[in-house]
Amino acid sequence: MLNYETHEYDVLVIGAGGAGLRAAIEAAATRLSVGLVCKSLLGKAHTVMAEGGIAAALANVDQRDDWKVHFTDTMRGGQYVNNWRMAELHAKEAPACVRELEAWGALFDRTQDGRILQRNFGGHKYPRLAHVGDRTGLEMIRTLQDHGIHQGIEVHMECTVVTLLQDDGRVVGAFGYDRERGRFRVFRAKAVILATGGVGRAYKITSNSWEYTGDGHSLAYHAGADLMDMEFVQFHPTGMVWPPSVRGILVTEGVRGEGGVLRNREGRRFMFDDIPELYRNQTSDNEEEGWRYTQGDPDARRPPELLTRDHVARCIVREIKEGRGSPHDGVFLDIAWIKERLPTAEDHIRRKLPSMYHQFKQLAGIDITKEAMEVGPTTHYVMGGIRVDADTQMSNVPGLFAAGECAAGLHGANRLGGNSLSDLLVFGKRAGRYAAEFAAEHGAGTIDEAQIESTATWALRYFESNGSAPTEAENPYRVQADLQDMMQDLVGIVRTESDLRKGVEALRDLAGRAQRVTVPGNREYNAGWHTALDLRHLLTVSEAIALAALERKESRGAHFREDYPDKDENEARENIIVRKGPDGEMQVTREALPATRSDLQTVIEEMQ
Amino acid sequence: MVMATFKLWRGDRDAGRFEDYQTDITEGMVVLDAVHQIQAEQAQDLAVRWNCKAGKCGSCSAEVNGSPKLMCMTRCSDIPLDKPVSIEPMKAFPLIKDLVTDVSWNFQVKKRIKPFKPRQPDADDGTWRMAQADIDRVQEFRKCIECFLCQDVCHVLREHQMHDAFIGPRFFVYGASLEMHPLDIENRLGDLKDSDGIGYCNITKCCTKVCPEDITITDNAIIPLKERVVDEFYDPLQKLFRIFRPRG
Repeated sequence: MLNYETHEYDVLVIGAGGAGLRAAIEAAATRLSVGLVCKSLLGKAHTVMAEGGIAAALANVDQRDDWKVHFTDTMRGGQYVNNWRMAELHAKEAPACVRELEAWGALFDRTQDGRILQRNFGGHKYPRLAHVGDRTGLEMIRTLQDHGIHQGIEVHMECTVVTLLQDDGRVVGAFGYDRERGRFRVFRAKAVILATGGVGRAYKITSNSWEYTGDGHSLAYHAGADLMDMEFVQFHPTGMVWPPSVRGILVTEGVRGEGGVLRNREGRRFMFDDIPELYRNQTSDNEEEGWRYTQGDPDARRPPELLTRDHVARCIVREIKEGRGSPHDGVFLDIAWIKERLPTAEDHIRRKLPSMYHQFKQLAGIDITKEAMEVGPTTHYVMGGIRVDADTQMSNVPGLFAAGECAAGLHGANRLGGNSLSDLLVFGKRAGRYAAEFAAEHGAGTIDEAQIESTATWALRYFESNGSAPTEAENPYRVQADLQDMMQDLVGIVRTESDLRKGVEALRDLAGRAQRVTVPGNREYNAGWHTALDLRHLLTVSEAIALAALERKESRGAHFREDYPDKDENEARENIIVRKGPDGEMQVTREALPATRSDLQTVIEEMQ
Repeated sequence: MVMATFKLWRGDRDAGRFEDYQTDITEGMVVLDAVHQIQAEQAQDLAVRWNCKAGKCGSCSAEVNGSPKLMCMTRCSDIPLDKPVSIEPMKAFPLIKDLVTDVSWNFQVKKRIKPFKPRQPDADDGTWRMAQADIDRVQEFRKCIECFLCQDVCHVLREHQMHDAFIGPRFFVYGASLEMHPLDIENRLGDLKDSDGIGYCNITKCCTKVCPEDITITDNAIIPLKERVVDEFYDPLQKLFRIFRPRG
């Protein structure tokens, strides 16, 4: 008989970053019992890495801003394949969510008249990002954490979910293990919210930590939920490139918001060379105007460095490919130059970008107030994810909700910087509210013991003491690294049909190798075992990304197909859906994008 | 590239020892990279916490050659590699396995501290007004990434194991961030004096020295809190005042 601990809640939240914490707080406010499970310690989730700010049309700095402009910016940034309803809710509800954080103790940087200061960011028409220097994510997660621990939420730290438990289709709980002892745990719940973040560990160069193996995407997929838009993976244009061991670590867009510029090895500001039609009216065509924009001149247009991330990343790749890159295969990001304009530039940089200053000083030996940084694209975020109802965040599987990065819809083909933190708050809150409602209306389901037994057997077979043939044994870290190399090469920023097909083929081979993984040692805090168990999720999301990327035969936002380099309006009328077929195979289908409500369509057209 | 030897602490609650591992060090590598390399190639079941690898999450705290550090921010080029580099878990907390310690006590302590309680909003729309100058000092405290290195070096916790009577530097910083928050109206001075044990701190500044976020823990957080506690409970003049002016 299998030994496991059982916990019972009305609502179970999986993941304790911004979305998970916000969801748990909201669900707990209804006085239902709430459990929160997270793979790391509380407060360490990837939200802590967010630097730039939270996008919300507070209009504290520029009074022309309102939800309509934010909505339009989000749709334009997402190349109009966003879920319009989510974009509407997000733009309307983000300001209240930011003010709520302040009421819970967050201390944002201030305007002269004492209100929340907002800064410029790529693709946002007006200064819109509430921020704290360049450590906004830390402020946000700490505020939610410190508020959340007093709301009666039961937290299970360092605990990983392996599968969702189902009763006749409905999700009624989750099964996992605690990392410390490797003991199995069953969580029974009337409703489950996935808030597990992204999939960055599927790639070699990434800003994401070990946790981001697509757990939520994969758990939902295997439970029968639809995944949508998985081809849209955001490569942030500015990650560190040197030294090799720090490759991929994020360099905030805030550097460009504060006046930082991109140059190639010839010293040319290459972003002026290619300004997309969609943004021509909003973008400055000379350096002088661009500088004035970053300094808050309301009549100036944004510099081309602040175009959307997909475009900036592609321009950087082009410069490197054509031989104009920096010594270590990147380009130069220069903030030190502003000393030509500001007498107090050094202090200003250290005050506005303290953690960037620190990061480069300590990890690369570079003083960013004096020298240019070297940067290149890094896997940062997945726009695609679990398909959810815009209002309630429930997936097509009853009782299963999703919020934050693991949910799809809001960001379309490309996410604007700053829209992630606001996404976590707005839709975390909604998921919490509607999951609680669902829990109140439904009784507890029945747990399937057979499902628990078979999952446990699967999880334990990785131990070498369980007798796999040692000649064929695979190292889990090796398999993971090979998968990351392959995805980087074949399913990365620039894609072609033949590469993608090779990628799908390679995934089959990797799946075979993953079967042969064995790990030494016992169940106690065994990182090798944890890595082996996460491989299943990585393989699932990698396959979903590759198949969706094959299916979308156009280039849009973050998805760039060299063999279909242009946008195709027919392709843009459909979402690519990935779901598990009856025989366990991955199916790819298309579904028509819901038509934008007419009043919102008018808003978009008026702001062209 | 150089070959370096790392002595990693391997063990669990019951027993442990240093084990030697040799690994190649290339340009720019940090200690955490070396540990990961060893883990992937030679010690798959090695337990080590990490997340952001950029000094922002405070997960990979350990003692490198005896000094408390974030492994992700310690460059191999800054430590002598001609002799073995020792890496040990933090000492102020019980060991779980290898480099991972049980830091759950910290989370329990935080829960005991009275939470943020704001004054009534300043404006009709439910918002507040605060000057940047008034929040600068609290923003310093809010930089804390909860790596618990300050707790690790504090002798009250490390040597005297007074976890029941003393909350440690991290939570004085937390307390200061609440007490000096311009909107907060809660009073935590009684707790600081009694259950939090602020009197046990004899300002040796060990915590300040190891803070990877350069928070001036002792001077900016602990000493001002001590002064507030003294003013509130030990100042004879204040005491007199209070006799004649009962608090509302």
